[in-house]
Amino acid sequence: MRMTSTAHRDRAATSPPGRALLRRAGSAAAWLWCLPAVAAALVPLVYLTWRTAEAGGAAVLEQLARPRLAQMTLNTLLLSGAVTISCLVIGTTTAYLVSRTDLRARTAVHLAASLPLAVPTYVAAFAWRAAFPDADGFWISALVLTVSSFPYVHLPVAAALMRTDPALEEQSRILGDGPWRTFFKVTLRQIAPAAVAGALLCALYVFHDFGAVSILRYETFTTAIYSAWKLGFDRTGALVLSTALAALALVLLTAEWAAAAPGRRARRDSASGREPTRLRLRRTAPLAYLALAGLTALSLGVPAWSLVRWTLDGVSTADPAEVWAAAWTSLSLSAAAAALTVALVVPVGLYAARHRSVLAAATERVVYLGYALPGVVIGLSLVFLAINVDWIYERFYQSAPLLVFGYAVMLLPLGAGAVKASAAQASPQLGQVAASLGAGPVRRLATITLPLTAPGIAAGAALVFLTAMKELPATLLLRPAGTETLATRLWTYTDIAAFSAAAPYATLIVVVSAVPIWLLGRRIGRLRP
Amino acid sequence: MSELRIEGLRKTFGDTVAVDGADLTVAEGELVAVLGPSGCGKTTLLRCVAGFERPDAGSIAMAGRRIDHLPPQARRVGVVPQEGALFPHLSVGRNVGYGLRGSGRAGRVAEVLELVGLGGYERRMPHELSGGQRQRVALARAMAPRPELILLDEPFSALDAGLRQSVRGEVAAALRADGATAVLVTHDQDEALSMVERVAVMREGRIVQFAPPAEVYRFPVDPWTASFVGDAVWLDGDVAAGAASTVVGEVAAEGPDGPARLLLRPEQLRLGEGEPNATVSEVEYFGHDALVTLAFAGGVRLRSRVLGGAPAAGQRVSVAVDGAARVFAP
Repeated sequence: MRMTSTAHRDRAATSPPGRALLRRAGSAAAWLWCLPAVAAALVPLVYLTWRTAEAGGAAVLEQLARPRLAQMTLNTLLLSGAVTISCLVIGTTTAYLVSRTDLRARTAVHLAASLPLAVPTYVAAFAWRAAFPDADGFWISALVLTVSSFPYVHLPVAAALMRTDPALEEQSRILGDGPWRTFFKVTLRQIAPAAVAGALLCALYVFHDFGAVSILRYETFTTAIYSAWKLGFDRTGALVLSTALAALALVLLTAEWAAAAPGRRARRDSASGREPTRLRLRRTAPLAYLALAGLTALSLGVPAWSLVRWTLDGVSTADPAEVWAAAWTSLSLSAAAAALTVALVVPVGLYAARHRSVLAAATERVVYLGYALPGVVIGLSLVFLAINVDWIYERFYQSAPLLVFGYAVMLLPLGAGAVKASAAQASPQLGQVAASLGAGPVRRLATITLPLTAPGIAAGAALVFLTAMKELPATLLLRPAGTETLATRLWTYTDIAAFSAAAPYATLIVVVSAVPIWLLGRRIGRLRP
Repeated sequence: MSELRIEGLRKTFGDTVAVDGADLTVAEGELVAVLGPSGCGKTTLLRCVAGFERPDAGSIAMAGRRIDHLPPQARRVGVVPQEGALFPHLSVGRNVGYGLRGSGRAGRVAEVLELVGLGGYERRMPHELSGGQRQRVALARAMAPRPELILLDEPFSALDAGLRQSVRGEVAAALRADGATAVLVTHDQDEALSMVERVAVMREGRIVQFAPPAEVYRFPVDPWTASFVGDAVWLDGDVAAGAASTVVGEVAAEGPDGPARLLLRPEQLRLGEGEPNATVSEVEYFGHDALVTLAFAGGVRLRSRVLGGAPAAGQRVSVAVDGAARVFAP
C-alpha cells in the first residue's frame, strides 16, 4: 500500500517536466518548418558579410577611401533626402485635403493620389525620357521618384486621419484654437507616426531604386554596384558597395519599424464614427484644384500620354512574337517564384500568428530582411555565391532556379505578411476545440488552419506573382543568358533610346502592376473619406 | 465509472497565481457548476482539464486514470467555448460530425442535433444561425463523440437576457438526456443555482464550497460566499439555545451561544399582520416582486423581498422571519 502510494507520487513528480519538454519539442518542430525561409532570407546578408570580411580590412578601406564612394553616398543621400521631404509635404497635404476639407470629388482625388503606385518607377522614368529625351540627372530623377512615391505617405496618413476621432479636433476648436493651430497641435500629433513611417518607406525605396535612376542617368549606389560588376568586373568594389548599401538600408528599415510601432499600438477607431468637421477652403479652393491637377499631370498624365503615344507608334514596329515570348518568360518565372515563396512563408506566417515569443518576433524580422535589401544587392550576393561555390556554380549559375530563388528572398515579406494577417484572424480557439474533439496536429492543420488561411495564402501568392513580374535589377544580374522578361526588354530598349520598341513592354508592365493597386483600391474604397 | 477527480491543482502565470490548490470531484452523469467572480481562476481550471493549459502541480484523473499528461485530443473531453467557436467554413452537420469517425456518423449527428432542438439543421452554415442556435450547435458538437466529460465555459454570456434563460434550460435538458458528465463555468449566480446538481464556489484560485445549490444559498460557508451567491440581509444578534434575539424579534439560529452575525435572505423577512415593528423607507418595484427597505428601531435597515403587491413608503408594517438564520462569528 505504502509502496504504491510512493510510486504514484514519483510518477506525479516526474511527469510535469517531461511534459514541458514534450510541449517545447512540439513548438520547436513547428519552428523547424520556418527554417528554410529563415535560411533563404539570411543567405544574401550572411554571404555579403562573410565575403566582405574575407576581402580583408585593407581592401575594404581602400574601397571606402575612394572619392567616388563619397560622391555616390552624397548622390544617394541627396536624392533620397529631396524625394523624402517632397513626398512628406505632398502626401500629407493630399491626405489632409481628401479627409479634412470640403474639397469636391474627394474620392477621385484619393484615387489619383493612390494610382501612381501602379506605375513602377522605371516605367515612369522611361515615360519621362521618351517624352523629353534630353532629361537626365538629379532634378528629373527627384521629380520622377517623388511623383511616383508620394502615395506611400498619402495612403497611411489618409488612413490615420480617417481613424482619428474628430472629437479631438472639435475640442481644440471649442477651446479657441484656429484651424492652423488645431492642425499643428492636435491633428499632426495624430498622424505623425504614419507620416514618418511612410516617409522612411519613400527613403528606403529611393535607396532601392535601380531602374529609374539608371534610365535617367543619375549615379547612385545601385547603379554604381551594377556598373562595377557588369562593366568593370570590379568584384571587391561591387562587394563593398553592396555591403555599405545593405547596412544603410537596414538602418532605414529599423527606423521605419520604430516609427510605425507606436502608431500600431495607439491605433484606435474613431469612437463616434462621425464625419469630421471639414475645413472650408473658400477662396483657396481654386489653388488646391490647380495644385492637384498639376500633381496628377506629372504623376499620371506624362506617363499616360507617353505610353499611349509610343505604344501606338510601337505596335507597328514591335515584333509580337518577341513581346509574347518575354511575357511568357515573365509569367512562368513569376509563377515559380510565387509557388516557392508561398511554400517558404506559410509556416512562418502560421508560426508568427500563433506564438508571442522572442523567437517568433525574431523569425518574422529575419524574414522581413528582404524589404531592406535592394534587388541589386540580393542579385549580386547570389551571383557571388554561385561563382564562388563550385557545387552551386555547376548546377545553378545563370539558371532560372537561382533567379526564382532571388525573387523568393526578395518577396518573402509580401507573402509572410499576407499569410500572417489571415492566420491571425482564425482564432486559436478553433484549433483548441478541434483538439478537444480528438483531432491531432496534422488533421487540425488540414481541416481547420489551412482552409481558414487559404484566402491569405492566395493573396500572398498573387502579390508575389505580380511583383515578380515587374522586377528589374535582380533579373538583370541573375537571368540565364538569352532570357528576356518584360522588364529587361523595356530596360534594354530604353537604354538605346528605342522608345517605340520599349513602349509595348511598358504598357504590359503597367497593366500587371495595376492589379494589386486595384485590389488595394477596393480596400481603400471601404475607408472612403 | 467516468468520474472526474481534480486534486491540488495549481497554475501560475508569472507572478499571478490563477489556480491555487483546487480540489473537485464530479460524479458520473452529474452536472456541476464552478461559480466565481471574474479573475477567480475558474476558466484556467477548465482550460487545465481540457488540456489547453499545463498545470504546475496537482493531478487530474478521469475514471481513476490520470489524464494531465495527455494532449487535448487524447482526453475525450468536450468543450463548449464562450462564443461557440463554430468552424466558420464548415456546415452545421460537418461541425457536429467533426469529432466522429466511421459509420453511424450521420445518425449520431442527427441525434444530437435533435437533442438540442435543431433537428434538420445539418446543411446550414454557422453565419446563418442566431446566437442561441450557435451555442446549441457548439453543445451538440461537443456531445457528439460521447466524451467522458463536457466543459462549458460561460456558454451563455454572449446571449441576451431573454434568450439566455431558454437556452440554459434546453442545454441542461440535452445534457441530462444524453447522460453526460458536465462542468459549467460561470460568474452568473442564477445560472449556477438553476442549472446544476452541485455548485463549486471558487475564490482566489480555491474551491471554497462544493454543495447542492440550496445548501450553498442557505448555508454558505463564509460571509463572502453568502454575499456572492445571492442578496444577503445581515443583522447582529445574541444566540442562546438555538435562537437569537434581534431587532426583528426571536430568530431560529443554530450556533454557539454569544454575540453573532446572522445571515438571512430577503425573502425570509415576511410582512404580515400584527403589531407593527418597522417603517417602509424605500420600495424598488420589479413587477413580479419588490425589494422593500425596512427601518427598525435603532436605525437598523433591512431589505425584504415581497411577492405581489408592495406596501407604500412610510407605511408601518409588521415583520416576521421565516426559517432559521445562518450564524457567523461577529
